Amino acid sequence: MDTTPDVDADVVVVGAGCAGTAAALKLAQAGLSVIVIDRGDTPGAKNLSGGVLYTHAATDLFDGFLAHAPVERVITRNVVQFLNAGSGVAIDYRDQALEGNAVSVLRARLDPWLAAQCESAGAMVMPGVRVDRLVIEDAGGQRRVLGVEAGGDTLRCHHVVAADGVNSFLSRAAGLRSAPRPNQLAVGIKSTVALDAAAIEARFGVSGHEGAAFAVVGDCTEGIGGGGFLYTNRESVSIGVVLRLDDLAASGKTSSDVHDRFLAHPLVAPYLKGGELLEYGCHLVAEGGLAMVGEIAMDGLVVVGDAAGLTLNTGLTVRGMDLAMASGAAAAEAIAAGQANGEAAGIGADYRRRLFASFVGKDMETYAKAPAFLERRRLYGAYGDLAASVLRGAFLHDRRPRRHLASVAWGALRGSGIGLSKVAGDGLAGVRAL
Amino acid sequence: MTLSLAERLGRNSYQLDEELSHIEIDQVAAKRTGAGKILEAVCPAHVYTAQPDGSVGIEYAACLECGTCLVLAPAGVLTWHYPRGSFGIRYREG
Ligand SMILES: Cc1cc2nc3c(=O)[nH]c(=O)nc-3n(C[C@H](O)[C@H](O)[C@H](O)COP(=O)(O)OP(=O)(O)OC[C@H]3O[C@@H](n4cnc5c(N)ncnc54)[C@H](O)[C@@H]3O)c2cc1C
Ligand code: SF4
Repeated sequence: MDTTPDVDADVVVVGAGCAGTAAALKLAQAGLSVIVIDRGDTPGAKNLSGGVLYTHAATDLFDGFLAHAPVERVITRNVVQFLNAGSGVAIDYRDQALEGNAVSVLRARLDPWLAAQCESAGAMVMPGVRVDRLVIEDAGGQRRVLGVEAGGDTLRCHHVVAADGVNSFLSRAAGLRSAPRPNQLAVGIKSTVALDAAAIEARFGVSGHEGAAFAVVGDCTEGIGGGGFLYTNRESVSIGVVLRLDDLAASGKTSSDVHDRFLAHPLVAPYLKGGELLEYGCHLVAEGGLAMVGEIAMDGLVVVGDAAGLTLNTGLTVRGMDLAMASGAAAAEAIAAGQANGEAAGIGADYRRRLFASFVGKDMETYAKAPAFLERRRLYGAYGDLAASVLRGAFLHDRRPRRHLASVAWGALRGSGIGLSKVAGDGLAGVRAL
Repeated sequence: MTLSLAERLGRNSYQLDEELSHIEIDQVAAKRTGAGKILEAVCPAHVYTAQPDGSVGIEYAACLECGTCLVLAPAGVLTWHYPRGSFGIRYREG
């Protein structure tokens, strides 16, 4: 057992997002004293997500989540939209089995509720404070985190949980993690547009508390790796683009223009008609997948959520909130177990073991090839055009004699300039990666 | 939905830190590397303006604190950290 008597708390959690609140809740429930620090003047004030939350982790952790948390709509309709300059092809998936599987959320509303649950469980939440650095002791090359420093004050603790999000300056300054490369990051640019519930129901074909999630690929990012999204909230829609940073920089395009043209696209604009902009924001997305996870613990420190690179871009969905919550829970379990049996030195390894035994590690491994696959540029343009050409051949009836669909498809493929071997290669790689 | 970017940012809520900018730029390095054009294009909040002489104007009050500029700026050009506690963007939707 740690013999340092003068700690301010057993654990300091930096960041009151999905990962930090999940960790703090579990730690408090295990009887540890916990301080949660967030730089926003309220939890959630700095956080922005798409955001479709897959609820399994939240319902496991937070009592009464679906009944009481301020969620927006239950996603029962998923649309995958391939968008071209003047055409679109969509897959529309509705399924009653989806009821409760995913909900749309707005983080400025959700995160204060998550933090309140931590407080009810006994954690102390300190918003409005930026942690400036970790306090690290170096005893002959043996480095150990002893606490955090904020605004000139030091808080000492047995363990720090770095839940400080995708930029995680804390774990970088500690020398634990290196700065991600541009191809491992994307910037999400989002507008929240007010629409009344009746308009949402009519335009998106949903009723009551149901909602729709549109994942858009193709012309929406103008050839830049990434995609667009359009999600319904109770009385607003979340709409925006996610742009991979290496591609964005190479394109020379102005990021806000790409966002604006997506919202103005003739197939997108009707959904927003008459809507008032409530907020415009942006945030980085960790897209490096398994390769980005790397070091996630050192003596006295565990790194969770986006800070540990735990986000999955599968091409159609960005998933980070559920992974953040589950990683926070795995870290809390490892810390609580280490405190109980006095084996603080094994906590980092135990956290990694628990993480990779859970769905988080399994899914990160399953999608390990996704980032490289999604760097194939054809995905963001040529394929959408190809699909539209095939369907144009089937539905556009002019005076020309009809051809079998197969020959239309062949013609479209030849005309697309992609080439059969590339289609086959992309198809095979896609099946393996996704 | 044809708001200018400035009008758009005007819908947001900010708590401006009047005393301290959280962004600093090495203008010599910026001129040498041509960083202005890159920063101007990538920042979703139009915080940066490339000046004709190669230096870079900064409107730190508009920053949405994403971190994109820091990743894409040529090495040595930018010093960027989060604003002090409570200051900066205050999302009400998120
Ligand atoms: C545009 C976009 C769309 C997305 N869509 C989805 C989606 O549909 N579904 C999904 O599951 N995920 C989505 N994600 C990913 C998801 O938002 C993240 O994975 C998730 O928010 C990670 O949670 P976190 O707790 O690790 O980090 P965050 O939510 O980023 O929380 C980090 C916290 O740390 C605080 N903090 C940081 N540094 C300090 C410091 N030095 N001192 C004090 N406090 C600090 C911040 O204020 C913040 O509250 C999306 C992301 C973006 C950007
Ligand atoms: S952090 Fe984001 S919003 Fe702020 S200046 Fe950099 S790119 Fe612009």
